Amino acid sequence: MNSLLSVILTTDFAFSLLRVTTPILFAALGALISNRAGIINIGLEGIMLVSALAGVILSAYTHSAWIGLLGAVLAGTMIAGILAFFTLKFKTHIILGGVAINMFASGGTVFILYLLSGDKGSSTSLASKVLPSVEIPLLKDIPVLGPIFSGHHILTYVSILSVFVVYYLLNRMSLGLRIRSVGENPHAAQSVGVSVIKIQYTALLLSGFFAGLGGAYMSMGYLSLFTRDMIAGRGWIAIAAESMGRGTTLGTALTSLLFGAADALSNALQVLNIPAELIATLPYVATVVGLVIYAVSETRKKNRKLKSPLAK
Amino acid sequence: MQNALLEMRAITKVYPNGVVANKAVHFSLCEGEIHAIAGENGAGKSTLMKIMFGMEEPSDGEIYIRGEKVKLQSAQDAIDRGIGMVHQHFMLVPSFTVAENMVLGMEPRRGLGFNEAEAIRMTEETARKYNLTVNPKAKVEDLTVGMKQKVEILKALLRGAKILILDEPTAVLTPQETEELFRELKQLKEQGHTIVFISHKLKEVKAICDRITIMRGGRTEGVFQTADVTEQEISRLMVGRDVVLKYDKDSPSFGEPMLTVQGLSVNDPQGKALLSDLSFTVRAGQIVGIAGVEGNGQTQLIEALTGGLKGVSSNGVVTVKGADIRDSDLLEIRNLGVSYIPEDRMRQGSAGDASIADNLISTRYRSKDMNKGIFLKGSKISSLTASLVEEFKVRCSGTAQPIGMLSGGNMQKVVVARECSTSPELLIAEQPTRGVDIGAAQFIHQKLLELRAAQCAILLVSADLNEILEISDSLLVMYEGQIVAYFENPAAVSEEELGLYMLGIQRQDEQDIRRAVNHV
Repeated sequence: MNSLLSVILTTDFAFSLLRVTTPILFAALGALISNRAGIINIGLEGIMLVSALAGVILSAYTHSAWIGLLGAVLAGTMIAGILAFFTLKFKTHIILGGVAINMFASGGTVFILYLLSGDKGSSTSLASKVLPSVEIPLLKDIPVLGPIFSGHHILTYVSILSVFVVYYLLNRMSLGLRIRSVGENPHAAQSVGVSVIKIQYTALLLSGFFAGLGGAYMSMGYLSLFTRDMIAGRGWIAIAAESMGRGTTLGTALTSLLFGAADALSNALQVLNIPAELIATLPYVATVVGLVIYAVSETRKKNRKLKSPLAK
Repeated sequence: MQNALLEMRAITKVYPNGVVANKAVHFSLCEGEIHAIAGENGAGKSTLMKIMFGMEEPSDGEIYIRGEKVKLQSAQDAIDRGIGMVHQHFMLVPSFTVAENMVLGMEPRRGLGFNEAEAIRMTEETARKYNLTVNPKAKVEDLTVGMKQKVEILKALLRGAKILILDEPTAVLTPQETEELFRELKQLKEQGHTIVFISHKLKEVKAICDRITIMRGGRTEGVFQTADVTEQEISRLMVGRDVVLKYDKDSPSFGEPMLTVQGLSVNDPQGKALLSDLSFTVRAGQIVGIAGVEGNGQTQLIEALTGGLKGVSSNGVVTVKGADIRDSDLLEIRNLGVSYIPEDRMRQGSAGDASIADNLISTRYRSKDMNKGIFLKGSKISSLTASLVEEFKVRCSGTAQPIGMLSGGNMQKVVVARECSTSPELLIAEQPTRGVDIGAAQFIHQKLLELRAAQCAILLVSADLNEILEISDSLLVMYEGQIVAYFENPAAVSEEELGLYMLGIQRQDEQDIRRAVNHV
């Protein structure tokens, strides 16, 4: 137990917490936007994977990490666009569309990776670039806070900034008003001339944009290369984080941090004498436990509402 | 006659599933009039309105506004041409404020953001201009139905509507709210607005409309000056026969108490009283009506009687045929010989995608004579359901048709058929004729009276005062979770008198109310 605490109560652990939360947070913000528009994007995992590969390939061929980032974000937005096209235009079921995107991404990225590098496992032979980390002047010299908050990858800061941006978007902008109205009562939105499809397109594209940032972070920050299926369930964890966060921006950010903590813990505990396989399951166990707690509390709430005569 | 402001010529609408909703319908609207469109459910009123508001495109026919031919392809097209619609199911976002709902789709901006202050100002200005008071900062989910309707009207006016279409606006209002609405509509008319008023309540049509277009079976049956036609004539054109507004009831013969409620009180978790000290009895062969403005505990009472007391702390006793049901769920209560027609036929009363047959047997598929081993008896089910569809005159293509494709009235007939055909000893009927046409409503009333003659005890909750005054043997009025009045001869009570009790302005003394227990 002492050794456990000695692992957790370090600035290193706090630092790594922010580091591993970043991709989950990006994807969860994406999930939040599309969910508020009433459309569940379960293709986040696949979108992140495609973005991660796109970032690696573009940065390797253009020798610019920034163009890589741009490519990753565009790829994420584009895949979300394809999903939107099929579900909104051709009325494919969103779950089927999302599953298709995920399976396509899993196989397709390996295929392209093999075409370009001759390797089916990772992109080691591609000289891809990594986005920089940022030391924050002044802050970096403060004890404790400095080592925790300074020196992060630039996208980690972007992800924190994104929480505020998404909050402003959803709660203070007319686009956000429309997104929420479409999610809550699409008929009402339509009756005043708000195009439900257009808003849902926009929301899905935005969710692809944020998932794209998350994907870029995975291959150009968290790691410095692409490996097959490297998202490893973070897209799914993000969906869990969003629903546990009850559709609020702050709640989503906090639950993302919670899942990030589980992830960070599984990394940190590898120094202890616990089987690595067991530790590796931690984030997923946390997801399952989190979803169970969420489901139980929701069901209770619903039951209370139904059971008790105060329903209406 | 004045020039037509809006004219629809030979409108035909055929839906992709082959249903012909409008057949060569003509409709003409003069500026500054209140024009009623009356017809039964399924007569094509709603479709015609949707076409007028651009939500549906006609298969054939033309629309003219001020003599100019127009094509309305979306609600926005209609709004741009000064047409506004107040839907029967409000088009509001519950978690938004009044101001946010008002400006949705045309939000004022400040920089990148949504300008809330301006939205509030716009709402207040419109409200002042038309003398309709609303609180711009209130959340819509907290508003009364009447208030929500006001917001809907203001929404249309804010968008510059000169023609207002109101789809059965009074269906959800109390008598007092209805009067207020009528005042507002007359005022709007004076300010130069033109109003299309869809209704099947003939009294209301007579009260405020200048002209009336009557529809039946997707066609127009005629256009009249309202002053020139009587209610009887209108209803004959609507349903193609004279509507009998009175029922011949057998003189009552009450039997044993079937449902007894004694001192029932229920509080919500915050301690607020939802039901307080209710006592009444429903006896075999008796119809007890419960009147009241919606939201005064009727829903909670029905819930309490249909399994809602399980796991909830309550005071008092509720017995069905002498058996305490406070710890029973709905199935156990039904097994005592209770039937229940729920208020919401879409969500509670039926399963929309399932067939008519499946819906008809959904309360009795467990019974022995429906099953053979683990299989259902198909032929038995088809013959039973076919005879029910026939007996209850459900208009459908067959018992395999999904119930969701039926019109509201026919859907309700299926629900009533299911609940009435199990020879119940106690029937709990919650708004059994809400939103159904006169023909279907009458049919349902007849069925209730037949059950009464067969010594079934019936508890009838209804917002339709005509219905409840006409068919109940005795009547309770609920206000804020309490019984505030008891009448033994409801037919002799006037709607106005009832209104005083419903709104809590008057209250009978305790002894009069206590008579509900023994009906003496």
